[in-house]
Amino acid sequence: MPTLKELARRPNPLTGGHSACAGCGFPQAVRLVLMSIDEPVVVAGATGCMEVTTTTYPNTAWTVPFIHNAFENAAATISGVEAAYQALRRKGKIDREIRFVAFGGDGGTYDIGLQSLSGAVERGHRFLYVCYDNQAYMNTGIQRSSATPFGASTTTSPAGDVVPGKQQRRKDLTAIMAAHGIPYVAQSTIAHWQDLTRKVKRATEVDGPSFINVLAPCRLGWGTDPSQTIRLAELAAETCAWPLFEVDHGQWKVTYVPKNKLAIEEYLKPQERFRHVFEDETGQLLAAIQKDVDEQWQALLARAGLGKDGKA
Amino acid sequence: MNAPGKAVSSEKQASVTLPWTEMAEGGLVPRGGTAASVKTGAWRTGKMPVIDLSRCIHCLRCWIWCPDSAVILDGEKVTGFDYDHCKGCGICEQVCPPKVHAIQMVPEGVEG
Amino acid sequence: MGGVNGHVVTQRRRMTMTGAEATAEAMRQIHPDVVAAYPITPQTDIVMRFARYVSDGVVQTEFVPVESEHSALSAVVGASAAGARAMTATSGPGFALMHEILYVASGYRLPIVMPVANRALSGPINIHGDHSDTMGSRDAGWIQIFSENAQEAYDNLIQAVRIAEDPSVRLPVQVTQDGFIITHGMEIVEVLTDAEVQQFVGTYEPERYLLDVERPMTVGALALQNSYFEVKRQLAEAMVNARRVIADVGEAFGRLSGRYYGLTEPYRMNDAELAVVVLGSTAGTAKVVVDELRNRGVKAGLVKIRVFRPFPAQNLRDLLRGTRAVGVLDRSDSVSGGLGGPVFAETKAALYGLPDPPVMTGYVYGLGGRDTTPEMIESVYEDLAELARRARDNYAEVVADAALAGHYLGVREPGQNGSPHRHGAAKLGER
Repeated sequence: MPTLKELARRPNPLTGGHSACAGCGFPQAVRLVLMSIDEPVVVAGATGCMEVTTTTYPNTAWTVPFIHNAFENAAATISGVEAAYQALRRKGKIDREIRFVAFGGDGGTYDIGLQSLSGAVERGHRFLYVCYDNQAYMNTGIQRSSATPFGASTTTSPAGDVVPGKQQRRKDLTAIMAAHGIPYVAQSTIAHWQDLTRKVKRATEVDGPSFINVLAPCRLGWGTDPSQTIRLAELAAETCAWPLFEVDHGQWKVTYVPKNKLAIEEYLKPQERFRHVFEDETGQLLAAIQKDVDEQWQALLARAGLGKDGKA
Repeated sequence: MNAPGKAVSSEKQASVTLPWTEMAEGGLVPRGGTAASVKTGAWRTGKMPVIDLSRCIHCLRCWIWCPDSAVILDGEKVTGFDYDHCKGCGICEQVCPPKVHAIQMVPEGVEG
Repeated sequence: MGGVNGHVVTQRRRMTMTGAEATAEAMRQIHPDVVAAYPITPQTDIVMRFARYVSDGVVQTEFVPVESEHSALSAVVGASAAGARAMTATSGPGFALMHEILYVASGYRLPIVMPVANRALSGPINIHGDHSDTMGSRDAGWIQIFSENAQEAYDNLIQAVRIAEDPSVRLPVQVTQDGFIITHGMEIVEVLTDAEVQQFVGTYEPERYLLDVERPMTVGALALQNSYFEVKRQLAEAMVNARRVIADVGEAFGRLSGRYYGLTEPYRMNDAELAVVVLGSTAGTAKVVVDELRNRGVKAGLVKIRVFRPFPAQNLRDLLRGTRAVGVLDRSDSVSGGLGGPVFAETKAALYGLPDPPVMTGYVYGLGGRDTTPEMIESVYEDLAELARRARDNYAEVVADAALAGHYLGVREPGQNGSPHRHGAAKLGER
């Protein structure tokens, strides 16, 4: 596992000068992922904040080869790039090792791009798909996605007088990807750089498709201070709202068990999208969110063969 | 009007000022990393980071978590900020270890 | 190049094949680096055969059996941008599912080649041949080559590779054949040798490609008001360039095979007074009708549009100048409010401003694979004769009326219970 000092010696895959918001969370995901890979990489990106802010013509922030095709097809696109690589290698036209990475936001991954992703990993292409998950359609103005957590207010699940934000649970995409039986699936955040870089290393080592779901807070969509982006990703893990785990060849492993699991309000309170939760004097909504988080955390522990206290 | 049959070469550059005949084909950006020429530092409002290098332990947390690649390194050492790209988000100040406290967000224009 | 189970063609052969077989054979001989495809009737036979070549080691192609046509074209866009010679194939609804990515492929100037087994679009669902799928993409920046029979489907596909990859073009190409009528109809096809095809298509050496990690580039940047228009202007020019390249490649293919191809194919047009304009397999039927009419002394002719994009406007102007009446046959409908289909609209536009132009009228025919008989086509010539006769006395009014009249050929009209066939009272030339 590389240290930050080692990473600092690597070329920067994504320069400054892109137009992501101040305090955005995806650039750290991109840099941490790509700097963890020793081999040259070719990247595909789905339509979304990352794509529009880093590739505004006539410029590109990418210092590695990058292709954007459409919103829902980053996985299919990279599968074609990888197929070309296999064919050209067989013909002796290319002789070096290259790794393939696709990035998509939660909209392009959980929702409109799910079929393309499922198909590409089922076919066994050797590539890593990274979802930078900011839990809503941020590029189009903070609409709910199936990654939006229960209770969050978005522009298409606004907290109103009758309906208090999104009424459905977040889809557990990481588990869905694990159900494909592909060699490696993991979940991490931009704040846990050691965890993430180790997982990326493992993901690009395995001979086949791999998937990592990376929580990348969005200060605009979450309604948080731009300086708090990394702190929020930490709190997501400390409250177990976003557990860190991996499924390596079918083996579920929780890679971080908080010593003192924090109450969910520690994570929700700084976020404007949950403000209504704290305006509810009955406390019912907060309790419901806590219950949801606890249930999912317990289910994960059970899956990984751990006890309710997170110990073996 | 371009003469029919004249190839438009992809070795031409991405441009928003040249005529279409002189632009790289298909919207291609033929070189990587050119966004570095865009000075997003102009977005900064209010506050900018300053670093006290005598306190800095070069843990590189500010470097890895800066969304704008605006922490300047010399090898493995932090030397300062790239204000051409820094948007003033303040993540660097927040992730600087509390005991170190080398980075401070200060009102724009009072650094040094 | 594979060499298994007699799959190497070292001598030209005349073989009995369906259009789908001939297409798969051409794909084997082209030997693309990547094929990504999804099965859909009636394209399926092309893909199944090609998959068999892959499984038997006859080709070294990377075959990507995607989960949808959207992903088929998406993967092929990735493969082509990566530097591979890449192909897919589709039909009707699958083609429609690709629609979004059609524009990406042409906008990025990727020389993708795609056989299309033309099929009607739902609803109601129908698996048979009409041109609704291809015509729905006529503004998508793809070159569109129509085939009259299996031989042409084979020949056109081989030429398409060279057209697509020409440095002054670099556009994706659709090579269409009418679903079932050609894809599943048995014909004699002359197959070139593998070496001849390989030499004709040459090797693909793109100037820039994604897998060139030493020269990182970004494909598909966000081009806003300051640049998108210029990129589309380049695309428009490439399509202009394609006219010359298609003609040159058709000529070169003629020198190789003895079968010469242009943008259009005139049939007995020299002194023709009554002309039909048509695409695809119906051209074959219409040629039989023309011969029969000529035997009866009727000055009938036919213009087959082989290439619909780029549209052969000048060819049509030259060929139809001097005729008295023109009937344009569309195997798709623009549902334009009585104005007929796209071929009619564009043919009229091509002839705009000609001094003393022919009377033109349009027919939508053969939707959903409806059989189009020689009698139906003959009835078109009967109409044209009548229009030409009436135009002698009242030219302005007849021209204006005919130009705005979209007819439906071979549909059951009131009073035609049971048979949709239209018969003139007296046969042309038999008086």
